[in-house]
Amino acid sequence: MRGATSAKWVAGAAIIALAATACGGGDKGSDGAQGAVDPNGIFSVELGEPENTLVPSNTQESNGSLAVNSIFSQLVDYDAQGKLTMVNAESVTSSDSKLWTVKLKKDWKFHDGTPVTANSYVNAWNWAANVNNAQLNSSWFDAIKGYTDVHPAEKGAKPTADKMSGLKVVDDTTFTIELNAPLPYFAYKLGYTAYSPLPDSFFKDPKAAGEHPIGNGPYKFESWDHKKQIKVVRYDDYKGPDKAKNGGVIFKNYTTLEVAYQDLKANNVDVLRQIGPKDLPLYRQDLGKRAVDKPYSAIQTIAFAFYTDQWKNANPKVLQGLSMAIDRNTITKTVLNGTREPADGWVAKGVLGYQPDAAGDITKYDPAKAKQLIQDGGGVPGNQVSIQYNSDGGHKEWVDAVCNSITQATGVKCVGDGKADFQADLQARKGKQVKSLYRSGWVLDYPVNANFISDLFRTDAGGNQGGFSNKALDEKIAKADSAASLDDSVKQYQAVEKDLVNYMPSIPLWYYKVNAGYSTKVSDVDYNQQGDPVLTDIQVHKK
Amino acid sequence: MGRYVARRLLQMIPVFLGTTLLIFLMVYSLPGDPVAALFGDKAADPTTVAKIRHDLGLDHSIWRQYWDYMSGIVLHFDFGNQIASGRPVTDILSSAFPVTLRLAGLAFVFEVVVGIGLGIMAGMRAGRLADNAILIFTLLIISVPVFVIGNILIGTFGVNAVSLDENTSELIVPAMVLGSLSLAYVVRLTRTSMAENLRADYMRTAIAKGLPRRRVVGVHLMRNSLIPVVTFLGTDLGALMGGAVVTESIFNIHGVGGTIYESIVRREGTTLVGLVTILVLVYLVMALLVDLLYAVLDPRIRYA
Amino acid sequence: MPDMTKTAPEAEAIEDALAPPAVKAEKARSLWGDAWADLRRNPYFVVSSVLILVLLVIAAFPGWFTSASPTTGDLVHHYLGKPELSKVGSAEWLGYDVQGRSVYARLIHGTRASIIVGISVTLLVTVIGGLIGMIAGYFGGWIDALLSGFITNVFFGIPFLLGSMVVLQSFTSRSVWVVSLALAFLGWTQIARVMRGAVLTIKQADYVHAAKALGASTSRILFRHILPNAMAPVIVVATISLGVFISAEATLSYLGLGLSSPAISWGVDISGGIAQIRTAQHIMLYPSIMLSITVLAFIMLGEAVRNALDPKMR
Repeated sequence: MRGATSAKWVAGAAIIALAATACGGGDKGSDGAQGAVDPNGIFSVELGEPENTLVPSNTQESNGSLAVNSIFSQLVDYDAQGKLTMVNAESVTSSDSKLWTVKLKKDWKFHDGTPVTANSYVNAWNWAANVNNAQLNSSWFDAIKGYTDVHPAEKGAKPTADKMSGLKVVDDTTFTIELNAPLPYFAYKLGYTAYSPLPDSFFKDPKAAGEHPIGNGPYKFESWDHKKQIKVVRYDDYKGPDKAKNGGVIFKNYTTLEVAYQDLKANNVDVLRQIGPKDLPLYRQDLGKRAVDKPYSAIQTIAFAFYTDQWKNANPKVLQGLSMAIDRNTITKTVLNGTREPADGWVAKGVLGYQPDAAGDITKYDPAKAKQLIQDGGGVPGNQVSIQYNSDGGHKEWVDAVCNSITQATGVKCVGDGKADFQADLQARKGKQVKSLYRSGWVLDYPVNANFISDLFRTDAGGNQGGFSNKALDEKIAKADSAASLDDSVKQYQAVEKDLVNYMPSIPLWYYKVNAGYSTKVSDVDYNQQGDPVLTDIQVHKK
Repeated sequence: MGRYVARRLLQMIPVFLGTTLLIFLMVYSLPGDPVAALFGDKAADPTTVAKIRHDLGLDHSIWRQYWDYMSGIVLHFDFGNQIASGRPVTDILSSAFPVTLRLAGLAFVFEVVVGIGLGIMAGMRAGRLADNAILIFTLLIISVPVFVIGNILIGTFGVNAVSLDENTSELIVPAMVLGSLSLAYVVRLTRTSMAENLRADYMRTAIAKGLPRRRVVGVHLMRNSLIPVVTFLGTDLGALMGGAVVTESIFNIHGVGGTIYESIVRREGTTLVGLVTILVLVYLVMALLVDLLYAVLDPRIRYA
Repeated sequence: MPDMTKTAPEAEAIEDALAPPAVKAEKARSLWGDAWADLRRNPYFVVSSVLILVLLVIAAFPGWFTSASPTTGDLVHHYLGKPELSKVGSAEWLGYDVQGRSVYARLIHGTRASIIVGISVTLLVTVIGGLIGMIAGYFGGWIDALLSGFITNVFFGIPFLLGSMVVLQSFTSRSVWVVSLALAFLGWTQIARVMRGAVLTIKQADYVHAAKALGASTSRILFRHILPNAMAPVIVVATISLGVFISAEATLSYLGLGLSSPAISWGVDISGGIAQIRTAQHIMLYPSIMLSITVLAFIMLGEAVRNALDPKMR
């Protein structure tokens, strides 16, 4: 169950999921759990109410992802280094990166006893891509040939087919995927939640299936008491490599992280995903070895609204200067309490192709040089910048600190532009109404550096909301995408990343860390690249 | 009396429509698109967005949407479905309301019993030590915001968050926090009203007639003094239920407050209007009861 | 409706003779003159006036009290900046906040926003709510049905905090005036109801009947006879509300909807300080104390004024 969740965002953040505050280090491993391991023991995890019903192709946010991924397994997964591993697939191969052949492992069964076949995948994907079913993850299939037949680009248009021509079932355990164009890292995408298989029963009543999902994963769905808890139990017939070492999981819903933390200290909940700001400065002290402090594959940046008069013809030197005016070391240690690690590039750790110090000097704090660069570049238009953020996400503290740092180092006036909530923030970003700079960030979809570059800085890419566009860069990205091998593609993207300092599409700030903890009842608690606990590895101890 | 009640019930219809329309318009005018937001930071696929909007009827004009929504409620008791989860709003309401009703009910009892009690004590001894002590007590309550009291209380003095079972006994402390501000109002209103009426002519007359003090205070004084208090209390139950956002979040109560907050930030218009509809009904019924109580408390007020 | 056959002055004279003693003090000067004499002797009034005066001076001239900047901080002071209570009036007196800014400087500079929000919302709701409640209660009938039965109920039906949140969410930047308007938008209904309740009782009084019978003009009855006698409960609610509105601004800040950055208010600081409640309590402690003192001062003032103005309390 490692890896393979989604591009997630913490939506709305149950009233006050501020992220802020401490430092030090806890490590995983042995801890407070004393008694013998109970292989059937059930433990609990703090988890908010999923926004959508538990359908893999309709799950994007972090709460739903963790629950769905406990119930569904995909073809592949990846390890902590970003290396691909096979789960439900025996093999995923391609000679030209365009036509892919998937062979399934035999004897896999859904939780209702029906076999997992090539059709389970092909039917699920065709259904998910079909615009009539309005699935949030439908665009994940857009690389597959025939996607536009089931999902036309024009609003309101009806699909002309109900199957993508690129998907062909060869036999019960083999199918092929033909893409529109070669994509060397396509196999990695198959680890994403959206590519889960679905049993036949799903299609009879998708709505009911979302409330009571039947999957092929390590855990079997048991019950969902809305806004209170979701219970899953170990699936004993599970054939995958990540068979659960415990009896099951209860996902418990809390209104705030502070309350969850209190319950953790009272051993009423076993695993947390995050510590609230009130407790961050003290949680290492409180929990000792049960405190978790570990980087995961996500980055925070501030991006430029390139469509504004201010940045339309920006000289990259000015942008570099602003970046060098930010004292990342001090801010992460103080205001952010050690919950972030200063970034030195645009690609996060734990991702294939991560290279240390990719951005060179521009992420080093140097007030004198920052001033000089801004001056050389002709100064900041208006000598004032603002950073847009959403007030309900706990960003105010660091935005204020970054602004303070910029002003003190360069004399450029800087204010936070707090939008009331995520929706208002998003609307301004998607509607191209950002006045100057905005808070941005990225959590990996799949652990390849392309995900942190192509999906963010390509002209009109999904994650490119600042309107950044550069022909030369687009060409380099296209070339890297059509590289002969995965290795080659990754290398080309590494070169592109090094080149980004000359364009400065955004200012890298810091990488995220998991700051969490667990109770004395459990051990072997680790977290994956998404910052989610690896549920199947957790061991429950007898009292 | 019967005619009065009938007339008031008829009056409720425009109020009901007015409030729901007002909140509908307010939510409609907010920046943001609940459907596009389902995609988070990711690019929202326009075709999928259009399809979801069409399925939910969000592509109609605001007036048409309001009409569809209200006729759904009135004709089929159908409050629509949530945008994100697709769950019927009636499900959301029926899981959120019971616990909030218990919480607000406890808070209400707390402010009635303690509030009127303290108010009477202060009013009967206006200007004396007890009065001043109670004044200072209420001032302290008013001057510290609920979120500060709640955040200080939680985790200290053995005050714990409410468990997922949400037992009534666990709700007592949160209810006291929730009701504290209203409590201060009740104390102040009762005290003022008591102190005033103590000097009224009818009191002198009643005493002069030789009525026992207990009867004078218990019947004459109380009846007249409670009018402003009852006015306040009548409007308060609904306000307590709708104002529990902060208290519920601090104490881990999964009720109306959190649902309201979530509906606002996610622009779940249907859920929000559904919640407000119920709150309005609670309020209207209470307001009617208050007006009827006026007639009981003050014989000079008569309803034809 | 008043009988228009009588001449106004004649009617007023008789009507005044019939009114209870308090209302008989028909020259406004003497009513307020009496009140003033009463107030000067009231210790609550003296203490609260002095406090409010000091707060107003702080709000108007924050530079007189501190030279430290409330907006720029140095992270060197982060957390290490615990209060140094002996250094009264210095930047480090009350310690530093998360951004390394002086808590004392922010306290002083935050006064203005909090006071303006409190006073302007209270004025707005008293005028709007008072008028609507009085007119509804006095005229009854369809006017009452429209104002109280419909409009007040419609606005009251929407919970205060919820409604304010929705209103504030539609503004991209939130100044003190925006926050004040948002709070007043739904905040007036309480006063309208209390006023209406009071007027309903008072209009049955003999002197009101008498004034009507003698043909006093409606506005005269409303403002001379009804208003002074109905003000007492309104003033109580309004003064308590003032504190509540300052608190409400703080609560909205806690929910991320208070004044937008870089504005400074006690509410913003208290809600920001909550996150440090386990490690650096001083960050929220001092603004909370200031908030409490301010609320206290205004309520004490209201209390004193009410005692002085309310004839029955003499």
